[in-house]
Amino acid sequence: MDSAMIEVRELVKDYGRTRALRGIDFSVPRGQIVGFLGPNGAGKTTTMKIITGYLEATSGQALVRGLPVEEHPLETRAHIGYLPENAPLYEDMMVQEFLDFVADIRQIPAAQRRQRFRLMTEVCGIGDVLSKNIGELSKGFRQRVGLAHAMIHDPEILILDEPTSGLDPNQIAEIRKLIRELGREKTLILSTHILPEVQATCDRVIIISDGKLVADDTVQGLMTGDGARIQVLVAPRGESPLEMEKVVESLQKPDSVRSVSVVGEKEDGLAVDVLSDAAVDARRDIFEAAIAADLALLEMQRQSVSLEETFRRLTMEDGGEHV
Amino acid sequence: MSKTLTIARREISAYFNSPMAYIVVGAFLLISGYLYFSTVFLAGTASLRSFFSLTPLLLVIFAPAVAMRLVSEELRSGTLELLTTMPVRDEEVIAGKFLAGLSVVASGLLMTLAYPLSIATVGDLDWGPVIGGYLGLLLCAAALIGIGIMASTWSRNQITAFILALMIGLVLWLFDKVTFFVPASLGRVLEYLSIDFHFRNIARGVIDTRDLLYYFSLLLISLFLAVLALRRRHA
Ligand SMILES: Nc1ncnc2c1ncn2[C@@H]1O[C@H](COP(=O)(O)OP(=O)(O)OP(=O)(O)O)[C@@H](O)[C@H]1O
Ligand SMILES: [Mg+2]
Repeated sequence: MDSAMIEVRELVKDYGRTRALRGIDFSVPRGQIVGFLGPNGAGKTTTMKIITGYLEATSGQALVRGLPVEEHPLETRAHIGYLPENAPLYEDMMVQEFLDFVADIRQIPAAQRRQRFRLMTEVCGIGDVLSKNIGELSKGFRQRVGLAHAMIHDPEILILDEPTSGLDPNQIAEIRKLIRELGREKTLILSTHILPEVQATCDRVIIISDGKLVADDTVQGLMTGDGARIQVLVAPRGESPLEMEKVVESLQKPDSVRSVSVVGEKEDGLAVDVLSDAAVDARRDIFEAAIAADLALLEMQRQSVSLEETFRRLTMEDGGEHV
Repeated sequence: MSKTLTIARREISAYFNSPMAYIVVGAFLLISGYLYFSTVFLAGTASLRSFFSLTPLLLVIFAPAVAMRLVSEELRSGTLELLTTMPVRDEEVIAGKFLAGLSVVASGLLMTLAYPLSIATVGDLDWGPVIGGYLGLLLCAAALIGIGIMASTWSRNQITAFILALMIGLVLWLFDKVTFFVPASLGRVLEYLSIDFHFRNIARGVIDTRDLLYYFSLLLISLFLAVLALRRRHA
């Protein structure tokens, strides 16, 4: 039995002469929250549109619950809730009218409607705008209505293209909480440009760049796989002034240190970044090395490499040609 | 309720929530009213002849104006993605939109029933041709709405969709007006392709399957091409 809720195989998509996807493979098991990252034009939206059946792949396949999306459009769509990028909505409808329409198309049984509407109103925070025209809503409220549309039929799979774009900080926090709660039983793919969001909500991160998959790992794995960084501030112990080369040379001596770079000169000393392997704590070695080189260690702080740095390194590597 | 009807109902309420439907139907009533009353007052006879002879041409203009937004607007605003990623078939989308467009035009036609009724109150009215005439107008409207929806799937710009549908409709309407200039054999073909020719047949009160077949094929072909265009949008 195939337990993957979503699977894409060698997905390739051409828009005319532009190749947007160049062979993407991944699969998402039930109950996982996947953060979908990548620079502008990487192909996140395109991949989502193929999984939801809005676009057909040029080659390759998308499967939802083991069924190929192209051959089973109605069955697969029934299990998916989709929030397209920028939440396109019928502007001429009132929010309540729109949700009724969606419930009719989704054929939600009358017995469940009341409860589903109440829940959506509550979790998406749209109680006050139900009788407003969608065309008159602010961007954040449109986004919330789009989310309600995506979740109203209680789908097993949620595909959200930049779900928190345009929301205020309170709402972002609420949506993140909601996503984490949903993630217990549902399968989620969400794209975003907000890296802390991924850290806060996702079990797993998929990074694509220029139509190719460049990373597929846990958040922890991505942040430590690259090593740890130790920020150090050193000063001379004696009278003689510091020599940069000497400092770099002496701090590089321990085996646990991978590289050393000078960040800048400060009033009270020299700021240096030391990169070490992730697995070991190099702080002792650095301390010993500093003493041996007759340096005073004023500050030392260990940080894991931020997701942002990993993201930048992975997506700018091969020239990073962006549109 | 079926998904087709759900979509039709949404579109109908969208029409009556915007001034566009009122303007288009209003203009249609104004012009058809002029056609009717000008014969009443100028010629002094209460007759529907000029109303029935020119209303097909009015429909050639007004049906595309009603249909133009049906798909174009969804393409422009991106809601087609919202709609077609729900479990609904492209055929249901097109059928629902067709029903909505036809309802709007039919409601305009319904209001013109005031003319024959006003004649019936003052004198004798032969209802046979009137019923035939209205059946013919309804068939014309259905085919033209179909063409309008087809054109609407071709462009995200409503005006472009309108002009394309208007041109197709005008050509179909003109076919039997130019038979005089072409060889008789070609003339027969053109006549058969003409929207107005079949209308006149039906309006005479004679219901011939060939005339019905013409309108139904025109409608089905346009709706089929509309579904095809929607499907190609996914590729
Ligand atoms: N309808 C289209 N026609 C032609 N090219 C397109 C179309 N949609 C997307 N593209 C191209 O495909 C590539 C991938 O676009 P996509 O929208 O999937 O990127 P994305 O990762 O979602 O970017 P963003 O972060 O800006 O949302 C881009 O180069 C884009 O220009
Ligand atoms: Mg995108």
